[in-house]
Amino acid sequence: MSDFTPETRPSALRRAWDSDLAYSFRTSPVALVSGIVALAIILGAVFAPWLAPYDPFDPGSLNLMDGFTPPMEPNPFTGNVYWMGTDNQGRDVFSTILYGARTSLFVGFAAVLFAMVLGISLGLVAGYRGGWLDGLLMRIADVQLTFPSILLALLIFGVARGFIPPAYREAMAIWVLIIAIGLSDWVQYARVVRGATMVEKNKEYIQAARVIGVHPAKILVTHILPNVMGPVLVIATIGLALAIIAEATLSFLGVGLPPTQPSLGTLIRIGQGFLFSGEWWILAFPAIALLALALSVNLLGDWLRDALNPRLR
Amino acid sequence: MGDALVRVEGLTRYFDVSKPWLNRVIEREPKAWLTAVADVSFEIRRGETFALVGESGSGKSTIAKMIVGLLPPSEGRIVFDGQPMAGTAGAAMRSLRRRFQMIFQDPFASLNPRWRVGDIIAEPIRTFGLASGAEVRREVGRLLEVVGLGAADAAKFPHEFSGGQRQRIAIARALSSKPEFIVCDEPTSALDVSVQAQILNLMRDLQDEFGLTYLFISHDLSVVRHMANRIGVLYLGRLAEVAEGKRLFREPRHPYSRMLLDAVPDLEMSGRRRKRVEGEIPNPIDPPPGCAFHPRCPLVADRCRREIPAPVPVADGMAACFAVEEGRG
Amino acid sequence: MVSNVPLLSVRDLVVEFPTRRGMLRALDKVSFDIAEGEVLGMVGESGAGKSITGSAIIGLIEPPGRIAGGEVWLRGERIDNLSEERMRRVRGRRIGMVFQDPLTSLNPLYTIADQLIETIRTHADIGEKAARDRAIGLLDQVGIPAARRRIDDYPHHFSGGMRQRVVIALALAAEPDLVIADEPTTALDVSVQAQIIDVLKEICAERGAAVMLITHDMGVIAETADRVAVLYAGRMAEIGPVADVIKAAEHPYTRGLMGSIPTITQTGDRLTQIPGAMPRLNAIPAGCAFNPRCPEVMPRCRSERPELLPRAQGRQVACWLYAREGVRHG
Repeated sequence: MSDFTPETRPSALRRAWDSDLAYSFRTSPVALVSGIVALAIILGAVFAPWLAPYDPFDPGSLNLMDGFTPPMEPNPFTGNVYWMGTDNQGRDVFSTILYGARTSLFVGFAAVLFAMVLGISLGLVAGYRGGWLDGLLMRIADVQLTFPSILLALLIFGVARGFIPPAYREAMAIWVLIIAIGLSDWVQYARVVRGATMVEKNKEYIQAARVIGVHPAKILVTHILPNVMGPVLVIATIGLALAIIAEATLSFLGVGLPPTQPSLGTLIRIGQGFLFSGEWWILAFPAIALLALALSVNLLGDWLRDALNPRLR
Repeated sequence: MGDALVRVEGLTRYFDVSKPWLNRVIEREPKAWLTAVADVSFEIRRGETFALVGESGSGKSTIAKMIVGLLPPSEGRIVFDGQPMAGTAGAAMRSLRRRFQMIFQDPFASLNPRWRVGDIIAEPIRTFGLASGAEVRREVGRLLEVVGLGAADAAKFPHEFSGGQRQRIAIARALSSKPEFIVCDEPTSALDVSVQAQILNLMRDLQDEFGLTYLFISHDLSVVRHMANRIGVLYLGRLAEVAEGKRLFREPRHPYSRMLLDAVPDLEMSGRRRKRVEGEIPNPIDPPPGCAFHPRCPLVADRCRREIPAPVPVADGMAACFAVEEGRG
Repeated sequence: MVSNVPLLSVRDLVVEFPTRRGMLRALDKVSFDIAEGEVLGMVGESGAGKSITGSAIIGLIEPPGRIAGGEVWLRGERIDNLSEERMRRVRGRRIGMVFQDPLTSLNPLYTIADQLIETIRTHADIGEKAARDRAIGLLDQVGIPAARRRIDDYPHHFSGGMRQRVVIALALAAEPDLVIADEPTTALDVSVQAQIIDVLKEICAERGAAVMLITHDMGVIAETADRVAVLYAGRMAEIGPVADVIKAAEHPYTRGLMGSIPTITQTGDRLTQIPGAMPRLNAIPAGCAFNPRCPEVMPRCRSERPELLPRAQGRQVACWLYAREGVRHG
């Protein structure tokens, strides 16, 4: 919308590198390590079809004889070697992790996006309008907060499945899951945005816009929204870790994604059946991948919160 | 100095300062109201600077907000160039809004930190559709030069400027809709004195150049003395005195005006010994009965404790004081 | 009171704040003295370093800022290098403090009596009862009506002006030699400001305490101070008896500053204005920090920094206009 972006200016990369945020990132070992780990997993997941040595979902390439191969050891029948071993059906664990992380991350990002859009919209309106609307929305939020979000997601998931004809259930499962996790998590965004909006709306730049009669919706979107995004990004990052874990929990409980579309949670569920029979790797590697992903994203969120908080700087 | 551009009649504003409903029910307390502005009437003539002075709780900022439409009045009305503001809506209100603007106290809060200066200044131009495309750019550049900055500053963000420069940007934004009337709410109280001088000088130059009318709100009598043609003195939401600037400083009529003048430090070190001012401003939620100033007033009489004094016309304005009315003041 | 040693002596004080983009010098070789019982006004615009001077004297510079050079002497004893433990005893006992916001100096959870008595008893070996009597006496002196009854109230029971009186009583409870008052009236209403200044001035005079009054308000200085020090961009521009500096400022910056203050007695058409703004700490020009804004700038000002030069009546000014040719080369 700006006609005032200067024509000659340092490249976007240069400005990003020079920014305080980038500096804080470069000088924080925790942020650096978490960033690298998260980025590696995310890139691995995004490029899974090109990076994975095997396609675990192509029945034609599967050889049952390869089943239960331990990591880094040749299979006694076929002589094939797998970094992280294979599962009961002879699928390469490393490849299933890449594809599983892909599903987990997709669900996580989509759920966070859904929760963000819902929470930000309601928070903006509640904070700016105030009055009974604010009271109503915040009471709903309070009630929702009294339930553990995983229970809520279970409930929403169960109810939604009741409405979907059985033929579509498998195909729709991922979307139902996204909505269930998103709905269980919008409250945080709404609360933070409402609080920040209430602070911003009393600032004089908002009054200046109101004096000239700018429409409230336009004030919300062009003036207030950009100024409340900082804290939202922090919760979104931590929320991403939570959403990934929520998805894994649901899939582990067997109410999430079907085995044809496995996520890290599904892989862990499958793996735990072999833990006591000695095939530890089928459980251990997906679990480590989930832990590394959730932990690194969470630590990034913590760092972001500190870096964006001027008081701690 | 011609006709009245802005007329304020019986302006009153209450605020609900009650505890939440549940607390009130449990503690059996009635609703609590704060009267921030009570029955205030004055007019601002075209081309003049009318100042409202007062301390905290005097209601000066509340009056400013009501005049520019940020707060609806509880009672009374505001007439802009013969047109009552209440009841005006739609396109008529739009064209009315273009004609008045506001400059705020805190230059660090009055500019959106995420917007470029050019967009900030252009906001009124775009909102009122006064120009488009490259014209906006040219106009913004011109405005920046008018307030003593450069056209190239349009591409920068507010944090790249000092407090004084930010206030110049805020002034450029206020000028961008080509208004006739600007409400200035403590425009220099957040600035250092040397910067304050620059901004006050700029505001006077702009007034001469564009024939602006100012409502100037301040707690600083020396600044008001420098800027205003006429002055209204507020105390606890009521007008105590309205006077020509020169006269107010030569011979203030209302005892509160005198007290305020006495409280101004003697910078010339002329040896003028200030009288010590007694007491503090009462809590506006629970103001004293009668004349709100009576507990601090040296001329207090019995009547002041019971009745609220009505404005008495004096030579060039009015004073709301029984002592003045009865010739004791 | 009879010795020639000043009560407080600050010599070449340097305070630095390390930042990502280099070291910022908030104070650059600031020197001044405060005599016993004297009121020294410290003026300057925001960012000039007046509050930091106060914080540096009492050892309360917020990290990562630090004193990077210079010395602070209190009655002949060096205090800028004391341990935190010993500095704490100097603060409060020998140097009292009054800040802009009275609420930051008062603990909302304790009554005024608790806070005053505790302060009195940590610094004087007297009993509870005697300390209470002394506290009531102090509150009386700072003009709190019905002190005997109000002493058991909490800070929130007092109005802003009354709170600031309590803070003054608290600052003086340990009978300090020096009170540092940082913008003590800025948060108060005009009609209350004058009362507080009067109280501060009277009670310090009675007790022989010197005052370092930090403010941006020249009017307050004019009425209160014996001498005034003018800071600009972390450096001392001028220092001298208050009447001399206000009526006949020597430094071009002080002159500009005085001209820019509107007063209620004169009504000039325009105020004198100094062009530009004080430089940010990361962009202080070479030579005299004021040179880009100075109407009397000379080539020398752009390259050499002027030191404080002694003038008549104990005045000092840091400006090349007053350097006699030949005395210093240039």
